[in-house]
Amino acid sequence: MSGHSNYEPKTGIERWLDTRLPVVRLAYDSMIDFPTPKNLNYWWTFGGILAVCLGIQLVTGIVLAMHYVPHVDHAFASVERIMRDVNYGWLIRYMHANGASMFFIAVYIHMFRGLYYGSYKAPREVLWILGCVIYLLMMATAFMGYVLPWGQMSFHGAVVITNLFGALPVVGEAITTWLWGGFAVDNPTLNRFFSLHFLLPFMIAGVVGLHIWALHVPGNNNPTGVNVKSKEDTVPFHPYYTVKDGFAIVVFLIMFATFVFYNPNALGHADNYIPGNPLVTPAHIVPEWYFLPFYAILRAVPDKLGGVLLMFGAIAVLFVLPWLDTSKVRSMRYRPTAKLYFFIFLLACLVLGYCGGQLPDDHVIPHLSTFKLLDADLNSFVWLSRIATLYYFAYFLVILPVLGLTETPLPLPESISEPVLSHPANAPAGAAASPEKRG
Amino acid sequence: MLRKGIALAALGLAILAAPAAQAAGGALPPKDVAFSFEGPFGKFDQAELQRGYKVYREVCSACHSMNLMYFRNLGQKGGPFYDPKYKNPNDNPYVKSIAKDYQIKDIDSETGDVIDRPGTSADKFPSPFPNEAAARASNGGAYPPDLSVMAKARHHGPQYIYSLLTGYKNPPAGLKVGTGQHYNPYMAGDVTAAWTGPHDKVPPGGFIAMAPPLAAGQVSFDDGTKSTIEQQSKDVAAFIAWASEPKMEERKAFGLAAMIYLFIFAGLLYASYRKIWKNVAH
Repeated sequence: MSGHSNYEPKTGIERWLDTRLPVVRLAYDSMIDFPTPKNLNYWWTFGGILAVCLGIQLVTGIVLAMHYVPHVDHAFASVERIMRDVNYGWLIRYMHANGASMFFIAVYIHMFRGLYYGSYKAPREVLWILGCVIYLLMMATAFMGYVLPWGQMSFHGAVVITNLFGALPVVGEAITTWLWGGFAVDNPTLNRFFSLHFLLPFMIAGVVGLHIWALHVPGNNNPTGVNVKSKEDTVPFHPYYTVKDGFAIVVFLIMFATFVFYNPNALGHADNYIPGNPLVTPAHIVPEWYFLPFYAILRAVPDKLGGVLLMFGAIAVLFVLPWLDTSKVRSMRYRPTAKLYFFIFLLACLVLGYCGGQLPDDHVIPHLSTFKLLDADLNSFVWLSRIATLYYFAYFLVILPVLGLTETPLPLPESISEPVLSHPANAPAGAAASPEKRG
Repeated sequence: MLRKGIALAALGLAILAAPAAQAAGGALPPKDVAFSFEGPFGKFDQAELQRGYKVYREVCSACHSMNLMYFRNLGQKGGPFYDPKYKNPNDNPYVKSIAKDYQIKDIDSETGDVIDRPGTSADKFPSPFPNEAAARASNGGAYPPDLSVMAKARHHGPQYIYSLLTGYKNPPAGLKVGTGQHYNPYMAGDVTAAWTGPHDKVPPGGFIAMAPPLAAGQVSFDDGTKSTIEQQSKDVAAFIAWASEPKMEERKAFGLAAMIYLFIFAGLLYASYRKIWKNVAH
């Protein structure tokens, strides 16, 4: 897509096409000849895994849409009909429902990889921002998709999430009415969610195209974070990374298949097999697992508007991350202090996810009442969420900006090849190993 | 080293806190009863499904609908009355005769009058009540839920159904049970408001409008199985599990083939990966 092209059309028809629409050249340059750092580890395979996830969701989703009925009286039964009477409908629907979770597992690993290895730093800021746009679109798509079976969690989840917009001053009520297409979550809401749930994946596919384009201009980052210096640092994408990504994709599919075939409902909520009923509210309304950290942030704030703003702020902060991190060193391999804060950040995200699934006032340590701080006992999930939320924002707004200026990074290798060649496994036979240095 | 220590300590704390976070109170966890269809190779026991259908038909169906079920489902592959001689379940004579025992409301195509006609294998299981209001009126205000996907609509569905049916107990002293209500420690809910005993000893479970539905010997099993409450409960729980997931056996069989394929494919790819990368230092 950028730089010098090594493509040489070999047949007449390829030459003819190449001077009119060089698509074969584009494919050759971006998927076959593309120079890729040779030291990428398995955390780098999740880009390919995500492409497969998107493909699976699109194909299964289009088939599901052929059988699904977007009407409040028929949606639930039509989903069950797919599972009972459509040939392999159970397979298609379970792949789609679990596929959403797999998509999010992969995207979270992909994002944390980017955070750890500094893949958002210059010259990859636009690449990172496009990734954030994809993530935002994924969340909207997943939420609307979850509403479609019209079970209890679908319906009440839709009520809770759309009501969030009602917290906005002045325009809030008008926006919710506009979203609902009426004065409550009802058939018009379901219809438009179905329409948008069909549209958004194609928008995701479009932004994925831009994301790959933006990747192929500066090329891949790599675990050392050091720029590619020479041809010696890279290998052509095919066959080196097609085979490595391919292996990782199949291993991922084994995990995917374990859920689809042996535990298809483990990641969902049992209440969503109860048809949606506006008159009966479930005891605990919880979103799907991939939204739980944000749900915890939302509930950590006693004020509704404040909670909504903080929740959206948790995603918005990702967009400006390239300008918040002041360190010039990309990879945290060479930033030991930052590495520690990163793993605490990872832990804070997991804690938030856990808190999101609990009742805010329940005790974290059972049968232990400490003292009441503001509105809740200190030993409660709401306070644990608050601490984790504080750390979440502090990581981006305080730690990363300050750390880049104060920390002393470890010496960086000269090139990608250098640490590879100095690795003891690759040392020439007979060379004395220095016992004081490991790896 | 210190940094690693802090991180590990934090992680350890998080792991310790995790099981401690189980909510106190609530219903008892369901009894750990073993079913034939558990695990990656588990299958439904056809005799058990037949007994379970009989329990549903003779007891449950008086109040509970199964709106997603058709008589033909009983004769489909993996179903209680599947017969390999009849690949099309609509032709299965046993299923046809079951359907014929029911009177189905229909419209006479000649006159437009509302009529009753004998059921066919293409008909749905008829609902016991014409509408929700009628169901509530006959059940002291409670609405018996549809059982079509009940095993998926509760955590540990089959075990839950079994526990609920076998778990009725006399309410402990100090628990006021309202008229038309019954105490069951496996029912979801909170009985704190009706409890007059000590605050830290609130009994588990909740109130359910359904009276204990089963009695020993209430359903006579054609295969000679002793008809205890436990047996009836287990069989009907298995039947509802099948009705909730009629394609479970097909799913697991397909899954086995898919897994074998994926593991071989992964092995081949890994071997190719090792071969291709052999001469690249990385």
